[in-house]
Amino acid sequence: MEIQQADRFEFLPHTADVAVLVRGESLPALFENAAAALFALMVDLECVQERTSRDVELRSADLEGLLVDWLNELLFLFETERMLFRRFQVRELDTSQLRATAWGEGLDLSRHRVRTSVKAATYHGLEIERVGGLYTARMVFDV
Amino acid sequence: MSRKGKEQVQSGTRSSAARTPSVVRRLDEGRWEIPVDYKPGMRVPGVIVADEELLRLAEEDKALEQVANVATLPGIVGYSLAMPDIHWGYGFPVGGVAAMDMEEGVVSPGGIGYDINCGVRMLRTDLTEAEVRPKLDRLLKELYRGVPSGVGSEGAVSITSRDLEQVLAKGARWAVEAGYGEPEDLELSEERGCMPGADPDKVPEKALKRGAPQLGTLGSGNHFLEIQVVDRLYDPVAAEAMGLRSVGQVAVLIHTGSRGLGHQTCEEFLREMGQAVRKYGIQIPDRQLACAPLDSPEGRAYLAAMAAAANFAWANRQCITQAVRDAFSRVFGSTSTDLGLRMVYDVAHNIAKIEEHRVGDRKVSLCVHRKGATRAFPAGHPDLPDRYRHVGQPVLIPGDMGRYSYVAVGTDLAMERSFGSSCHGAGRAMSRSEAKRTIEAQSLKRQLSDAGIVALSAEVGTLVEEAPQAYKDVSAVVRAVEVAGLARPVARLRPVGVVKG
Repeated sequence: MEIQQADRFEFLPHTADVAVLVRGESLPALFENAAAALFALMVDLECVQERTSRDVELRSADLEGLLVDWLNELLFLFETERMLFRRFQVRELDTSQLRATAWGEGLDLSRHRVRTSVKAATYHGLEIERVGGLYTARMVFDV
Repeated sequence: MSRKGKEQVQSGTRSSAARTPSVVRRLDEGRWEIPVDYKPGMRVPGVIVADEELLRLAEEDKALEQVANVATLPGIVGYSLAMPDIHWGYGFPVGGVAAMDMEEGVVSPGGIGYDINCGVRMLRTDLTEAEVRPKLDRLLKELYRGVPSGVGSEGAVSITSRDLEQVLAKGARWAVEAGYGEPEDLELSEERGCMPGADPDKVPEKALKRGAPQLGTLGSGNHFLEIQVVDRLYDPVAAEAMGLRSVGQVAVLIHTGSRGLGHQTCEEFLREMGQAVRKYGIQIPDRQLACAPLDSPEGRAYLAAMAAAANFAWANRQCITQAVRDAFSRVFGSTSTDLGLRMVYDVAHNIAKIEEHRVGDRKVSLCVHRKGATRAFPAGHPDLPDRYRHVGQPVLIPGDMGRYSYVAVGTDLAMERSFGSSCHGAGRAMSRSEAKRTIEAQSLKRQLSDAGIVALSAEVGTLVEEAPQAYKDVSAVVRAVEVAGLARPVARLRPVGVVKG
């Protein structure tokens, strides 16, 4: 099942933080779209260019843990290397392991409007669900 | 104009204020109970400190469900508490207090939060509003320059990895020894700016990497630096002890925490606690409540790492204090001593502390989780500095940037009813997205400037998200803790200048 670009993620009301509903036609796509949601929250993705990339390899106890760890690893790269990402490819994914590549560039305050900083992706209420051919995940980001 | 926000917050809600929600029953004038049989697995009831209106706001949110979830944690003593500024968080509610038995209880990193030792520090000055007004713009620009803020802010204080280890071990004491501040600053801070039991080796490597460049920075989100003016004094004796002497006097409020170092520490321990939950066979209703027995290697490691991250936060607020003093000195052409820029107090509002409390007729050690709640010890408590021994511990309660902030003191009833805890702020009433959708940046700026408030922010979106209308009325929150007997108001301050992260 193919989903529209605009339907990849949707921000939902949450009093203090940011809740997001992510959709994907496969599990790797769900992970890629969750990462896109994270960076779309922080910066106008249109302004980010693909100049360089970072590879990410993770192991975690389960799929939900992997999703949280994947997003938090990207946040770590943002804070320590000031990297903004706009495109993601999850190359390998099973219940405990992920290999992915993220493309983007270093933060340049003259071109990038950074809107919000995210402290962390949380486990709160997180469930990865499959309905028909579509995977969804609801997540809360601590901002 | 600042009053407009207040009317907006209240007007839409007044009609149904009298309705008592079915989940809770009234305990007394200021407290409500979620019965222990409300949800399977609850070990103790929930208790919410609120008036009817604030309770209704909490009910609309999912916050009460989270109070009930916390009540299921092993070893929780008495009740799962919520302060009147409660709102929906992740795992624990923001505004939650939970005390755990040291032998049977657990420690839950989610009960402290990602921003370990997020807290508030107040400085007072001898300056008056009339003296500061003409130089306000320049002062704010100096503060903005001296204290890096916004997303990814760094570079205020450069330290070596050996320094960082000392920061984690010694907290604000490291900063004072390095020339950022006065010995008196330490005396007038919760834990004297240094948590015992900190072990820098327990802080994850990635947390060190994330935190090292960020010492002395404000960060973003709801963190701020505010120039405030004393607006009312309720308790002149306590106010005098704090150096708050007259209406019109200028003070400074600093709100920030442990930055990326704390976030990464929380994150990595949450992952570890996810394993611990399985290992120790603990049932939890939400994965964000992952925890480990206090008396376990995982629990002890977290507490040692949390204390180190808390120390980073105290050193951070101490370095910012020095930057504030330097900015005032440059603008007013006097030393900060001559300007009377002295500490009122520094409180942590995201932390777990091991404290002595009376349960029934026994004195016991408990691990008190405060997630968006402030310690509020009464007069005579041995942990208080001499200066406050006779009045009680200052409780700093920032409101939104358009209305008020309060200084209160802890009470004996707080020890009886809330493990010596009180509220930590106004609490959000509106989501960030709703704020962005409904509040227009230009009209917000006009609203603030009409009220005589100058606001600087790295990002205008942050200003809108943090608009007064997005918060509950802090005065109602303070009244609710006063009615419940947890804290007694000492002074009210209003903002005149704001630097937002």
